[in-house]
Amino acid sequence: MNNAGQAIHIKKEILVRIIEAFFSDDFEEQARLIPYTMRPKGMEVPYRCCVYKERAIIKDRVIAGLGFSIEEDDETVSLSKYAKKALDREKISDKNLTVLQAACKGCKTNRIYVTDLCQGCVARPCLSSCRFGAISIENGRSVVDETKCKKCQMCVNACPYNAIVKITVPCEDACPVGAIKKDETGFASIDYDKCINCGRCIAGCPFGAVHERSQIVDILKAIKSNKKVIAMIAPSIAGQFPGNIYQLKAAIKKAGFDDVYEVAQGADITANTEAKEFLERTEGARKKASEWLNEWVNEGGYSEEKPKQEGEVHNFMTTSCCAGYNQLIKKHLPEIKPYVSDTKTPLYYTAEIVKKEFPDAITVFVSPCVAKRAESYDNEKVDFVMNFEELGALFVARKIQITECEEEQYVKESSKQARNFGFTGGVAESVKASLKDDSIVKPYVINGLNKESIRQLKKFATTGECCDGCNLVEVMCCEGGCIGGNATMNNQKTAKKLIDQLAANSEDIQKID
Amino acid sequence: MEKISVKVCLGTTCFVMGGANLQELVDIIPRKYGDKVEVAGSPCLGMCSIQWNYSKAPYVKIDDDIIEEATVEKVLEAIDTKLGSK
Repeated sequence: MNNAGQAIHIKKEILVRIIEAFFSDDFEEQARLIPYTMRPKGMEVPYRCCVYKERAIIKDRVIAGLGFSIEEDDETVSLSKYAKKALDREKISDKNLTVLQAACKGCKTNRIYVTDLCQGCVARPCLSSCRFGAISIENGRSVVDETKCKKCQMCVNACPYNAIVKITVPCEDACPVGAIKKDETGFASIDYDKCINCGRCIAGCPFGAVHERSQIVDILKAIKSNKKVIAMIAPSIAGQFPGNIYQLKAAIKKAGFDDVYEVAQGADITANTEAKEFLERTEGARKKASEWLNEWVNEGGYSEEKPKQEGEVHNFMTTSCCAGYNQLIKKHLPEIKPYVSDTKTPLYYTAEIVKKEFPDAITVFVSPCVAKRAESYDNEKVDFVMNFEELGALFVARKIQITECEEEQYVKESSKQARNFGFTGGVAESVKASLKDDSIVKPYVINGLNKESIRQLKKFATTGECCDGCNLVEVMCCEGGCIGGNATMNNQKTAKKLIDQLAANSEDIQKID
Repeated sequence: MEKISVKVCLGTTCFVMGGANLQELVDIIPRKYGDKVEVAGSPCLGMCSIQWNYSKAPYVKIDDDIIEEATVEKVLEAIDTKLGSK
């Protein structure tokens, strides 16, 4: 979940104001006024040095909210021009994130620092622990030479006074693949060749400097036109808003959408297809293994050469529905590809159903995270992605009370298991539940991608084995699963409780056709 | 002694602007204060709709006092102050 407190409050308020501006008589002028409305003349300055800087930063945030890159802004273009450009654009950029560099200046670069707590002791364990000769003694106290320091933290652990600390940059720390870095100028920037769009940096930055480039204007434009616009809501949404998902459907329609589909509907297809694929793969593995055994017996014993198994036998399979994980495979972990299930994501199947029914409709996926945007670029059946915060802002701007809406049924009810897709363990559980004999499934769960778990996946890929004899690896990019996505609003405990309530009243997957 | 009443606004605006986290109060308060304090989620308290002041959401009402931009900590502190003065 996004813990950046006040920073996220400002981001949401800006989204609300953009939406209000869009529905006003004069979008361009109202957009231009947002920084002034939020920080009027004479107001007590809440965070920065002066009201002008506050406004400048809010302006940058509005630029991101209108879907543009803050880095590319040269400060001469007014928000009304940006608003017009947003209205006029036909295509959205495939770069999802943008960094508000003026907000990120406050943060010191990553380094090891000796604090005043250093006692200048006789033993000097820091000095002897450092393998790079980066520590020296000046005026009786330890000092780190940053040109030599490799940030291994041996000295941090060695100091008996806890006097040496690692100063971290939260966004760098949060990124599992080293895609965001503070450069010499002190500004963070994103390397899109490495970025897997997991959104950790958004949630990690206490200054709220990393923004999603919103597609909200494009979505509102579609709603305002005469086209049919259909929302497809992620299973994890059940824990994110007041009221139940049936009231939520009515609320989303009230906000201007023509219809609402549960992506859980596609999750049922994913679970069944993945279960079938799992059977085929394990069946194949067993057959192959017995062939080898025969060969081994016939040839009279052990041969040095291991039979070739590439692309044929897989002792484990990983799930494939997490967009962050799919990006990781593509950009950092191609060796695991043969082990990844070929089954499509719940969003894929849902979008397919919707577009088959309404070929001319505009489809909008309502998402817990930014990673799904990357998936939408590869799938022409998903036109736009709107995250939970943006949907929330839309409700606020349109003054919609979800709990006052009448319940409305979905075209198709989804199973208990599909509705549980949004938290860690839910996907593996649904595959298990889809099988008649579930004893053959031994799930292993990767709960959140980080340096450690990525190393683990790499090991699985190179050895061809998962650990503890497990054969189905569920990978969730976010800790906790989708309920931990960067755009979620509820804490995981309450979110899970709400999803459990819904699941308890849903049918078992075996009963869904 | 009269019970202190705490109403957590669960209207859409408050929920979206940070009130989702305030649901924890429904668990925390009885545990911490027993029956001295009564806590309940409430449909929209109407605070934001009066002046359309969503930027100060979420709201929590403690007896007749309104807490703006409420957080769990802020609410607990206000309850402590109230209990202390009674």
